[in-house]
Amino acid sequence: MEWLELERWSPYAVGIGLGILSWLSFLLSDQALACSTAFARSAGMLERLVRGPKVLDKPYYRKFVPKVEWGWMLVGGMVIGAFISAQLSGTFDWRWNPGLWERAFGAAVEPRLLTAFGGGILMGLGARWAGGCTSGHGISGTMQLALSSWIAAACFFAGGIAGAMLIYRVLA
Amino acid sequence: MLTKLHQNNRTQLLLGLAFGIVFGFLLQKGGVTDYDVILGQLLLADFTVVKIMLTAVITGMLGLHLMRAFGWIRLSPKPGSLGTSMVGGLVFGAGFATLGYCPGTIAGAIGNGYLDALAGGLAGILVGAALFAALYPGLNRTILPWKDFGPITLPELFRVNPWVVVLPVAGLLILLLYWIESAAGS
Repeated sequence: MEWLELERWSPYAVGIGLGILSWLSFLLSDQALACSTAFARSAGMLERLVRGPKVLDKPYYRKFVPKVEWGWMLVGGMVIGAFISAQLSGTFDWRWNPGLWERAFGAAVEPRLLTAFGGGILMGLGARWAGGCTSGHGISGTMQLALSSWIAAACFFAGGIAGAMLIYRVLA
Repeated sequence: MLTKLHQNNRTQLLLGLAFGIVFGFLLQKGGVTDYDVILGQLLLADFTVVKIMLTAVITGMLGLHLMRAFGWIRLSPKPGSLGTSMVGGLVFGAGFATLGYCPGTIAGAIGNGYLDALAGGLAGILVGAALFAALYPGLNRTILPWKDFGPITLPELFRVNPWVVVLPVAGLLILLLYWIESAAGS
């Protein structure tokens, strides 16, 4: 079982694995692999804790009811799955700054933490605005040939490439 | 098919968890739970993300359309408009570059022990999602319905048999992967 301990697998093996996983999730669960809805539901659950049950009357939370369901378990499982994989290969690492970031912007923790927080806000907003993320639109939606998903995926990368070039080719 | 299984809530929660474990495992093995790999893709220096996504799309697309032709599954294409897919997609892209993870890979990054993902990114995504819920009634009256096209698929748009789109798209994506590999090798 040495292959389970490898640090990296071929991207093609991983891609085929994800494709087959998509077949199974449609077949066994009548669901597409998608992540960002779980974050909207979690936001609603946290808002409810702070502001009480009236939060559930918000039109958006009527549409995506803040509760633990299939997609929420999926995202929870992903944390566990990545943890297992990282443990098996010995790549688990309590790390504050990614290497690329640190080489460009230094070792201080706060700048990266604030950037990640700000980027997270844009990502949470954008994912719900577009109605899906790199999984729901980028993989599951494009494989169903949904027009919405092909447009969204193109814009994810167009915006992402422009943003990354700005950060690393202009600001850094 | 399998509607009894689909309606069994407890089993479905366990299945969701199991699918998630495999999903997160594969993302970590693919290297895409790492900020450097994702930014490498957006800086067009490392094509791991695109290779994984395109291979998943080709594999998934062929299997899903075959299973649908057999009547085993139903597809669930998402509705959209330029106001959602394009505007939201660009906001997402800006977040993708700044955060360096997406909602799926950040779950994997947290499992990998990455604290910028846990303490910064996760909190941000939750705030962003709550912000969208707050803005939703206003956006829904203004930007979101702009150029609405509903849950249409490319074969429906072109009014052709799904395979007329599936097979050429699979061929083109394979060519694209082949081109990426040969460009990297030269």
